[in-house]
Amino acid sequence: MENKGLTKVDLIFEKIDSKEVMVKAFKMSSAEIIQSMLDSGLKGRGGAGFPTGLKWKYTAAEKSPEKYIVCNADEGEPGTFKDREILDRASNKVHGGMAIAGKAIGAKKGFVYLRGEYRYLLPKLMIELASFHKMIHEIGFDFSIEYRMGSGAYICGEESALFESIEGKRGEPRNKPPYPTTSGVFEKPTSINNVETLVTAMMIIHHGAQNFIQYGTKDSRGSKVFSVSGDTPTPGIFELELGMTVLQFVNEFGDGDTKAVQVGGASGFCVPRKKFAETIIGFEGVPTGGSMKLFNSSRSMYNVLHNYLDFFTEESCGQCTPCRVGCQQLLKGVEKVKKGEAKSTYLTELVKLADTMKIAAKCGLGQSVGNAFKSIVGNFKEEIIY
Amino acid sequence: MINLRINDQKVSVQEGTTVLAASKKLKINIPTLCNHDDLCVAGNCRVCLVEQKGARTLIASCATPAAEGMEIHTNTLKVRNARKHIVELLLSEHRSDCTKCYKNQNCELQSLANDFAFGDHVFLDLVEDKKYNIDRSSPSFIKDDSKCIRCQRCVRTCSELQYVSAISVANKGAHQKISSFHDRPMSQVVCTNCGQCVNRCPTGALVEKTYIDQVWDAIYDPEKHVVVQTAPAVRVALGEDLGYDPGERVTGKMVNALRQLGFNSVLDTDFSADLTIMEEGTELLVRLKKALVDGDKSISLPMFTSCSPGWIKFIEHKYPEFLPNLSTCKSPQQMFGALAKTFYAKKRNIDPSKIVSVSVMPCTAKKFEADRPEMRSSGFKDVDFVLTTRELAVMIKQAGIDFRNVEEAGYDTIMGDSTGAAVIFGATGGVMEAALRTAYEIVTGREVPFGNLNITPVRGMDGVKEATIKIEGCVNAWKFLEGVELKVAIAHGLVNANKIMKMTREGKAPYHFVEIMACPGGCIGGGGQPIPTNMEIRKKRMKAIYSEDEHKLLRKSHENPDVIAIYKEFLDQPNSHKSHELLHTHYVERDNF
Repeated sequence: MENKGLTKVDLIFEKIDSKEVMVKAFKMSSAEIIQSMLDSGLKGRGGAGFPTGLKWKYTAAEKSPEKYIVCNADEGEPGTFKDREILDRASNKVHGGMAIAGKAIGAKKGFVYLRGEYRYLLPKLMIELASFHKMIHEIGFDFSIEYRMGSGAYICGEESALFESIEGKRGEPRNKPPYPTTSGVFEKPTSINNVETLVTAMMIIHHGAQNFIQYGTKDSRGSKVFSVSGDTPTPGIFELELGMTVLQFVNEFGDGDTKAVQVGGASGFCVPRKKFAETIIGFEGVPTGGSMKLFNSSRSMYNVLHNYLDFFTEESCGQCTPCRVGCQQLLKGVEKVKKGEAKSTYLTELVKLADTMKIAAKCGLGQSVGNAFKSIVGNFKEEIIY
Repeated sequence: MINLRINDQKVSVQEGTTVLAASKKLKINIPTLCNHDDLCVAGNCRVCLVEQKGARTLIASCATPAAEGMEIHTNTLKVRNARKHIVELLLSEHRSDCTKCYKNQNCELQSLANDFAFGDHVFLDLVEDKKYNIDRSSPSFIKDDSKCIRCQRCVRTCSELQYVSAISVANKGAHQKISSFHDRPMSQVVCTNCGQCVNRCPTGALVEKTYIDQVWDAIYDPEKHVVVQTAPAVRVALGEDLGYDPGERVTGKMVNALRQLGFNSVLDTDFSADLTIMEEGTELLVRLKKALVDGDKSISLPMFTSCSPGWIKFIEHKYPEFLPNLSTCKSPQQMFGALAKTFYAKKRNIDPSKIVSVSVMPCTAKKFEADRPEMRSSGFKDVDFVLTTRELAVMIKQAGIDFRNVEEAGYDTIMGDSTGAAVIFGATGGVMEAALRTAYEIVTGREVPFGNLNITPVRGMDGVKEATIKIEGCVNAWKFLEGVELKVAIAHGLVNANKIMKMTREGKAPYHFVEIMACPGGCIGGGGQPIPTNMEIRKKRMKAIYSEDEHKLLRKSHENPDVIAIYKEFLDQPNSHKSHELLHTHYVERDNF
């Protein structure tokens, strides 16, 4: 397994002349932009890791007079706060990345769907947006961006629920297919990308795909902004090259007593100490949208699990049976086991339920509840039972 | 064409066909729950999951379009395990008091439980921890959230078919529920009581408010004289709840069964439907004269029919500025009720306070209508109890009547006679056709110029239908209508009613007369009709209705002998003072939320 070690990088927050990069991009053809994304191996930075070049390619291939770029800034995964930092410090690159994506897929309009709790960023973002619009006008490229606010629902970070929300409807995931590249917001072909993805795309144009692939591994190219929290002396935002092991990460950020790291937030995986050395942070190991939460031995993993299940029980949209009822059953089930009101073997039934949710739920939320559940129950069974 | 394989069998389907429909083509049954033929795809219950080769997850067959080369398996171990889990999960949030439930034996969740989740359940009961609301505020139906499994059929019905959205989804996660505006009681929101949601609810979460016991009490009360009227659409659907296939006419058996139940007199809403034509037809002609000849600007056209109480409540909530366009005629049910405790009482020499007036309707909104304060012109509550088609079937079963072997019988006299024009009130376009048969003949002295009196342009299942009839060769009294092209329109299902109302509001509705029925297909598709009701079944019931018409000796309302008699003996003439007192009403503006 490729292991790149822990290296700090400064790509996302690097100061650039965004006008220059945009001009460079607009001189390229749509196909050239898409090709450089494909060459870079960039995968979506929101967590799901869909290849950005492919997403743009599919959307570009759609014949529709109206297409949209949507920037997913509904950063809601517990323990992630990197998009907030990017929007605060590098929104010019977010807007620029959207324009470049617009050029790639043939969209003249973009939406930024901003997490409800980030409303306080809006005044500053509006100033940045005005100068972006002025700049894009000067360049002579037809593209504009509109901000839409979320209202605090985690599910609205799911792409199709996000579209519903932009359209003014209740934020509930849609049936797929059709996928957003064919029918997204307002039922038009849409490329929806995470904040960091768009910034990274812009930096790939700036530095070139060949420079980008110097970073990271075969399956996880480039660098990534991590939100580090939990039992760490140095919480915060760090841009790191992809491909390190959890052990290397813990050696840098741990407090010397780390027993587990939750990689990827509530919908991600819990890595126990015994697997630190063998687990790569990246798409070949444990993928993450950025959330890295460290737990030391003072923490009860039952409480950690309970907290996540409580979160999902609250934040499921409630539409589909496996997620709406399944979350409640998992939560109530572990409570009963903990209190001794259900046998410890009941955990086996709950694991089966988590497996069903993984294959039966309508969207990524319900499908990923089982990740945290199974990895915590699997690795810390004794803490759940006793 | 798209080629795929389901359970190793090849099948070719049109592009856009769902995996579920493709399976149906192969006669492979996949269980469903949130799916309903009348509604858009939801894909939220997940009961219909199947395995697609190469896919990461199972797929909802109702929501996934068939794709070239797909390989589907509908009964793998993975599918079976997931399906069992899902049914059990649904049961864990459903208050399963089945033996007390009105929907017992007629519940889709129960039948899924029978098939997939018998024996011990793995999951914990979630119902006991929660506070649920049981809303009995509407006189038409009960909404019991403890039995709701969030399939959202009701929500989709209310918005897609009815354009009302009185109920929608509120909250998320464990707290998600089907709710009204600000959680207000159903009687205080925009709900039209049409009962289409009741007809589609797969469980007992939405059921009609039943008055079966009250009716039995009246029947067994020796002091009371209980009369029953039966709506046109009941006779072509009742059989479905008593072992017959859809589309079977059971009029004669129904009449006999009602008599066996103990009703003192079995009468027909069709009688008052004929009467409605006389009153409403005259009202239209008078409006036309005032508007076209007298140039009276205060006359509101188009005139809208007023037979459907769901429609009445819809316009009261949503388009109150057009209330003057509504015919002032009461619905046939209420005309009948007002006459039962006046004309009928007098004829039979019975103290009206001793009369209990019962109606059997394909409708839940009729229960609300009977409760309206305006509907007491006899000095009493004109219609005491309204039963749905389904409730009548329950009573027939309770009485142990072997319906299949009941002999056919005819209605009692006085308000029991009817024509074919009245029976077609039960199908969309029927009131229009009946009105035209009579009005055209009054104005021209000739029958409507359609073969065998069948005015086909106003028939059928199109959501909005339009027709123009040129009036020629008028008799002297109606000369002013000579050459007038009478423009009419018909809408059924409130989503279509809304289209007409929107046009009307924009001044783009060039019609003189518009028939509107709240329910898809008209009363044959009413909220009180047997479950299931879908397009296929509605079409069968519609065919039966027109066949009932064809088999009638008299097919024009003005030829109904009971109608002729009542004008002679009691009402004087259509739109007379007495008619206005008993047979006409007014409407109220209501809030639009």
